[in-house]
Amino acid sequence: MSEVKYSKEHEWITLEGDIATIGITKHATEMLGDIVFTELPDKGSNVEKDGTAGVVESTKAASDVYTPVSGEVVDINQNIIDDPSKINEDPEGSAWFFKLKMKDKNELDSLMNKEEYDKFAKESAS
Amino acid sequence: MGERVNMKIKKTPLFKLHQENSAKFVEFAGYQMPIQYAEGIVEEHKFTRNHAGIFDVSHMGQLFIHGNENLIKDLEKIFPLDLKNLKMNHSKYSFLMNDEAGIYDDLIITKIETGFMIILNAACKENDFEILSRLLNDKYKMEIDKKRSLIAIQGPRSAEILGYIINGVSDLKFMSGNRFMFQEKKVYITRSGYTGEDGFEVSISNELVEEFTKKLIEKGAKLIGLGARDTLRLEAGLCLYGHELDKDKTPVEANLKWAISKERVLQGNFIGSQKITKQLSDGVNKIRVGIKPEGRIIAREKTKIFNQSDSFIGEITSGTFGPSVNGPVAMGYVENKFSEQNTKVFLEVRGKKHPANICGLPFYKKSYVKGVSK
Repeated sequence: MSEVKYSKEHEWITLEGDIATIGITKHATEMLGDIVFTELPDKGSNVEKDGTAGVVESTKAASDVYTPVSGEVVDINQNIIDDPSKINEDPEGSAWFFKLKMKDKNELDSLMNKEEYDKFAKESAS
Repeated sequence: MGERVNMKIKKTPLFKLHQENSAKFVEFAGYQMPIQYAEGIVEEHKFTRNHAGIFDVSHMGQLFIHGNENLIKDLEKIFPLDLKNLKMNHSKYSFLMNDEAGIYDDLIITKIETGFMIILNAACKENDFEILSRLLNDKYKMEIDKKRSLIAIQGPRSAEILGYIINGVSDLKFMSGNRFMFQEKKVYITRSGYTGEDGFEVSISNELVEEFTKKLIEKGAKLIGLGARDTLRLEAGLCLYGHELDKDKTPVEANLKWAISKERVLQGNFIGSQKITKQLSDGVNKIRVGIKPEGRIIAREKTKIFNQSDSFIGEITSGTFGPSVNGPVAMGYVENKFSEQNTKVFLEVRGKKHPANICGLPFYKKSYVKGVSK
């Protein structure tokens, strides 16, 4: 599996072959609070880099989920629809959001590595 | 030299304690208030339902008006209440209204030895004070007491926990109060609240409030933020000013006619009484209802409501996820003819219409203590 990359919208992404797995970061869940509702894109639909690809809602507010890369949605995580609190429990592991068949792997180049993201998250939080 | 910021954000005397308890803060009505603590809204909500939560509501106005018989007469010209027959230390829920019965504020008024104590919403209190001073022609001594904090303790264990610190509180009946002693200083406690649970509100001097709150924590209660306060009150079907209530809505439209004295409507001599009399006899165009989405979708404030023939019939005023209901809950206003329970409606969220049903309130069954047999 590839190195984990991060977007400025607080998504993480890993790549296996041409299948990308995307979720939201622990930092994002800490900002959101208790997540109580999740909406994911339809399987088979196409999403565009930086476009909306779902919604998470906490008790406080709704937030859009963006996709850091373009592609066709090949799988979604039903577990986080059935029990959105799983996102707070394991955001960067079992609570992934969706899997994409990537169109253009070069789209990963603009994303941050862990060190860059941690710095970005720290700065954006203060 | 930079420009000076005029608006100073206020803090309650418990600010430091909130910080020590890892509060996340939000600005509310000009105050820096805790929205949640470390455990988060859902856990705080459940803790209040199952144990006892402490809420710092010191941003609310504690208005004291001094007076006797004449004051009662004058206040009856303002509030739709039978104040003549309100017993000492008993409380009523009421409204400050304009001539069209539009609501300036909703409030709790308690008869005390020196006159009346009125608890006002934080965002409304200054305006309320001006309106009331004008209506009472400055005839009575009145003040919003800034030397006192207000702490609510809510939940099934609140009588037990508060009882460890202050003797005799469990003898209070719902919507009544009394004076008690804490560290040889007077505190005023009412049995009331805003969560659908049994509980108390404690008016206590700013010097003692931190020590008092720490004692409650020692005995097993936990600090709860405004986030859970909102989910708790929404599950309990209680109105929040600025959402379910405002200047363009009347108590009849808000489905709160139970709070209006029938006797006083017959007399008809309070501000807004004409409109209220008319609405009580002719009915209203819009009315507040409970709304339960069928799925898990959360319909928040300003969500548009449609009927089965896709006509716009109203708007959501508050909507969230109810942790005890374990699903979404909402309140809103719909055209009266669509207000019957089990009426199917549709809520437009992010461009899609989602089915929901008009339902009775509360979403979560109250467990207020009505009285205690001796």
